[in-house]
Amino acid sequence: MSLNGLNSLYREVILDHSEHPHHKQSLSEATNKITLKNPTCGDVINLEIKLDGDKITDIGFTGEGCTISQSSASMMTDAVLNKTTTESLEMAHIFSDMIMGKKHSQSDLDKLGDAAILSSIMQFPARIKCATLCWWALRKSLGDEDDD
Amino acid sequence: MDKQLQQIRKDFPILNQKVNDEPLVYLDNAATSQKPNQVIDEIVRYYQNDNANTRRGVHTLGERATEEFEAARQKVQQFINAKESREIIFTKGATDSLNLVASTYGEDNIEAGDEIVISVMEHHSNLIPWQQLANRKKAVLKYIGLTADGQLDMADARKQITDKTKIVSIVHASNVLGVTNDIKQLAKIAHAHNAIMVADGAQAVPHMSVDVQDLDVDFYAFSGHKMLAPMGIGVLYGKADLLKAMSPYQYGGEMIDFVEKYQSTWTDIPWKFEAGTQNVSGAVGLSKAIDYLSGIGMENVENYEKELVSYVLPKLLEIDGLTVYGPQDADHHSGVISFNLKGLHPHDVATALDMDGVAIRAGHHCAQPLMKYLDLVATARASFYIYNNKQDADELIQAICDTKEFFKV
Ligand SMILES: Cc1ncc(COP(=O)(O)O)c(C=O)c1O
Repeated sequence: MSLNGLNSLYREVILDHSEHPHHKQSLSEATNKITLKNPTCGDVINLEIKLDGDKITDIGFTGEGCTISQSSASMMTDAVLNKTTTESLEMAHIFSDMIMGKKHSQSDLDKLGDAAILSSIMQFPARIKCATLCWWALRKSLGDEDDD
Repeated sequence: MDKQLQQIRKDFPILNQKVNDEPLVYLDNAATSQKPNQVIDEIVRYYQNDNANTRRGVHTLGERATEEFEAARQKVQQFINAKESREIIFTKGATDSLNLVASTYGEDNIEAGDEIVISVMEHHSNLIPWQQLANRKKAVLKYIGLTADGQLDMADARKQITDKTKIVSIVHASNVLGVTNDIKQLAKIAHAHNAIMVADGAQAVPHMSVDVQDLDVDFYAFSGHKMLAPMGIGVLYGKADLLKAMSPYQYGGEMIDFVEKYQSTWTDIPWKFEAGTQNVSGAVGLSKAIDYLSGIGMENVENYEKELVSYVLPKLLEIDGLTVYGPQDADHHSGVISFNLKGLHPHDVATALDMDGVAIRAGHHCAQPLMKYLDLVATARASFYIYNNKQDADELIQAICDTKEFFKV
């Protein structure tokens, strides 16, 4: 019996974010709101964003989910807070590519902050959706619906 | 019994492998069962020797394939003790069977204001067909609730089923709660109100002896793949009189008598409901699976699973922070055990167990209304079958303990 393999997925950072998620609250003055469900597991994320012009000046999420989805949402909110919508959507695309195993430059990955650590999820294909749900919510709430 | 079942494991080559460097412990049998060599070999034999389309040609292979397909029908008839083999319709599976009933009998007989009664523990496949039928017809869909320990509330059943009720459709054995419902009693109540009784036997037929005449159900649905047979073959049992009066489900080859340019007439049951080329190898495989189960004896299957549940359920309940859903005593719990660990999402539990080689399911188990009723998002679920043993149960317990340690919950 060994759960050693788990260490590559459930890194310390990830566990920290899921235990103490950042920005896990609803906003009083949200400009953009969205609820997304992961139909395979029933997990729900409510994402709320406050846009000031083109800039995300506040962000919060609520809902229930697994360690991966909670920490991913926490890391995402850290990454996009105080960024412009263009910058945020670029990050969403980088994240999505990273998780599908496409190569990205280190400087691109650096933009994601802690969230880059989730690249390890590639080894757990069944869990990719858990990590991407919040980023999908972000894209949809900012009106970016492209499939890729 | 244990000894006989030790032999059984050898019939399932898939069990003999490592997953993530650990011996595989397959506990996702409620999703689908594994297949013994006997069934796999039978399908190969059929394709190597007898494959042809049924009921079309006059050549020898065509006759053989037709004969084997009809022999499988008789095998199923005997297995669930239907009165006649023409009451057995081959389908793709339980989902297909239930959709067939809703879109033929339901479409023909439900009118505005009629009631259809199901329960909150239904699998989506015994829920959405009725929900959509009710919406189409402006009929009323009603739900029977549960008792505190997760059993079907029979007192509520008596309240929900009224003279307006036309169809009662209930799961025989739950794929989440591990309970077996008293279909015979429900059929009595339904019939007293002139309603028909439909039962979803997807989780029952693989695990217990089922007698459709004794249950007095009007329709009964199940899938082959959860009972050692291949995927893509299933059964709808229906009482002959009802089937005869029903419209066809699909139109096409082999379900007609005469086709003219603007009119057609339908052939007899059961073929009226079997349009197009059928899954003959699936039926042949199902027949072999029934032989295999009958060889063990369904009573032995049931007793053996009871023994496993009596062994594993108390051990699970002893684990700190672990909640089991449905009845807490082994006498009332089948080998389908849904649970959650406090402080950890079931997806994380399932990924962790998989690292220990233990395959379980996590999610809503196609029963979202039940999850909502229980105020849950999802659960983990371990489900046992005849080739599982106490060692598998021990591995499950150990893996759960390892998981708790890893996540410090
Ligand atoms: C209780 C129950 N009913 C119906 C089904 C649907 O069976 P199938 O997917 O084989 O059509 C299942 C399968 O998960 C089930 O557990």
